[in-house]
Amino acid sequence: MSAIRSPKDFWSGVLFVLIGAAALALSAKYSLGTAARMGPGYFPRILGILMIALGLILALRSFKLEGAPVPRWKLRPTLVVLGSVVMFGAIVQSFGVAISTVALIVAASAASREFRPKEALIAGVLLATLAVGVFVVGLKLQLPIWPTFFG
Amino acid sequence: MDLLSHLALGFGVALTPVNLLYALVGALLGTLIGVLPGIGPVATIAMLLPTTYALEPVSALIMLAGIYYGAQYGGSTTSILMNMPGEAASVVTCLDGHQMARKGEAGAALTIAALGSFFAGTVATLLVAAVSTPLSSLALKFGPAEYFSLMVLGLIGAVVLAHGSLIKAIAMIVLGLLLGIVGTDVNSGVARFDFGIPELSDGIGVVVVAMGLFGFSEIILNLEMTEKRELITAKFKGFWLTKKQFQAAWPAVLRGTGLGSILGVLPGGGAMLSSFASYTIEKKIAKDPSQFGKGAIQGVAGPESANNAGAQTSFIPLLTLGIPENAVMAMMVGAMTIHNIQPGPQVMTSNPGLFWGLIASMWIGNLMLVVLNLPMIGIWIKLLTVPYRVLYPAILLFCAIGVYTVNNTSFDVMQTAFFGLIGVLFAKLECEPAPLLLGFVLGPMMEENLRRALLLSRGDPFVFMQRPISAGLLIAAVLLIILIGLPNIKRKREEAFQEA
Repeated sequence: MSAIRSPKDFWSGVLFVLIGAAALALSAKYSLGTAARMGPGYFPRILGILMIALGLILALRSFKLEGAPVPRWKLRPTLVVLGSVVMFGAIVQSFGVAISTVALIVAASAASREFRPKEALIAGVLLATLAVGVFVVGLKLQLPIWPTFFG
Repeated sequence: MDLLSHLALGFGVALTPVNLLYALVGALLGTLIGVLPGIGPVATIAMLLPTTYALEPVSALIMLAGIYYGAQYGGSTTSILMNMPGEAASVVTCLDGHQMARKGEAGAALTIAALGSFFAGTVATLLVAAVSTPLSSLALKFGPAEYFSLMVLGLIGAVVLAHGSLIKAIAMIVLGLLLGIVGTDVNSGVARFDFGIPELSDGIGVVVVAMGLFGFSEIILNLEMTEKRELITAKFKGFWLTKKQFQAAWPAVLRGTGLGSILGVLPGGGAMLSSFASYTIEKKIAKDPSQFGKGAIQGVAGPESANNAGAQTSFIPLLTLGIPENAVMAMMVGAMTIHNIQPGPQVMTSNPGLFWGLIASMWIGNLMLVVLNLPMIGIWIKLLTVPYRVLYPAILLFCAIGVYTVNNTSFDVMQTAFFGLIGVLFAKLECEPAPLLLGFVLGPMMEENLRRALLLSRGDPFVFMQRPISAGLLIAAVLLIILIGLPNIKRKREEAFQEA
């Protein structure tokens, strides 16, 4: 593997080939049709082939061209940020905007190295008030303020 | 004259108290978010989209345009005061704007940015108004073959003029096209790439993609870095320019406006390209280029005017042809679709009030930014002193609410998180997300026009070369690729992006 000179190109190439192959495999079950009467599988297959070709060029080129290594991926920010957002999406309908907002703010704040629980809690309460005021009262979006599962 | 009556109609719509209010609110909100570090115009529009749901389409569009200009303007403020571009188009403003601020000339830099932008905005608005009618009637003559070729040229242009690897950018477009056709095929009713998930049969929402790729992943990447910010808190010497500064700046404003107006219309052009090009030119023709990077006022005046002119004229292809030429315009397509407007040449004739009202409001929005922002600069500075650890959860919250309320489903939020993950992955691999978003928006249109063109030609692929306009567009696309492949130009292109 030491022959790979441009790891970023190599791995993006691999990724694109995989995506292209997946697109081809998935569109195999859609009818192809003819050029004059394109079926639902026609365009996706063109794209899949194009994707694989581009990925191959990238991957092969990475043995010749010099490039920077792929930077390290620090997992904590990714997991905490996306996790807290997914949680918000999952609970907002049943728990209401107020509680979900506080939960999102406190959870998301933990992604930072300078996490301060008390500050996050205060920010959460303030933002919950703001969110309810702006989105539910002001813009009349269809969101419950308080938990709905009590009845 | 036609133009005048059109503009009169537009101002009649835009100057109603309600629409003025929305232009104002949009400009304010846009600046507010645009000032925040790491949130560019695409994410800003995606995030603030829900605030327009309840509005009439005209008011919603006017507000969105205001948001866009505000975001643009907010970016220059942070560049000058903090050496931190709020978005890509204001990267070059950092170079000299921040140096001016360090010399205690922050007020002058902000003023010339505002006045230059306003002047450029005025010229560009007139230009948009003047060319829209002829371009729209030309576009109405386009058949599917022409449209397909136009989209090919647009997409290729977008990657050629963007920076980074050409092949990666094209691959990102193709991926975008693939994502764009997820959902039920309009012709056969077959649900494609839906993985058996019923929600996916309606396709993926543009807000979901944009927010994930441009919003969430940006926040994550910011969190991975250590926070280093430098705010100029030194007292301003007032907002007025000295006579010498004014004399140095105004020719740069004129040049920037001209350059930006032209580059804004090109596929892939728009605010970012315009500001980069203007900076390069100002530096080239300056009597004393050594002053650049040390606080030359031309280095602020030129790019700031250019980026505003470009931001405005990039509406031309969208409004007349229905084709977005950069990621922000792709986002505008998404926003318009949510309000049930299909952008394209037919909008001008079927909904003239909306069309000309939007154009008039561009100018009003620019005026508001000048009037409002200089006095409000103190508030924006205060906002910037809030530490990022407090800001980002709040940004996340508004993103999450924004995504959730598009369809009121938690599935959209999960999808957005997924695109956030992909966004981080692509950032690690140095693949730009902007071409993906463009491809995503154009995917269904491209397939439809390809299908129709080939249906009409009975499957003969040479139809694209037999029709003169279509052939011309395709040849232009091929020339662009060849041109960019030439070693000489390739180096120049890399240099141009290196300078910033």
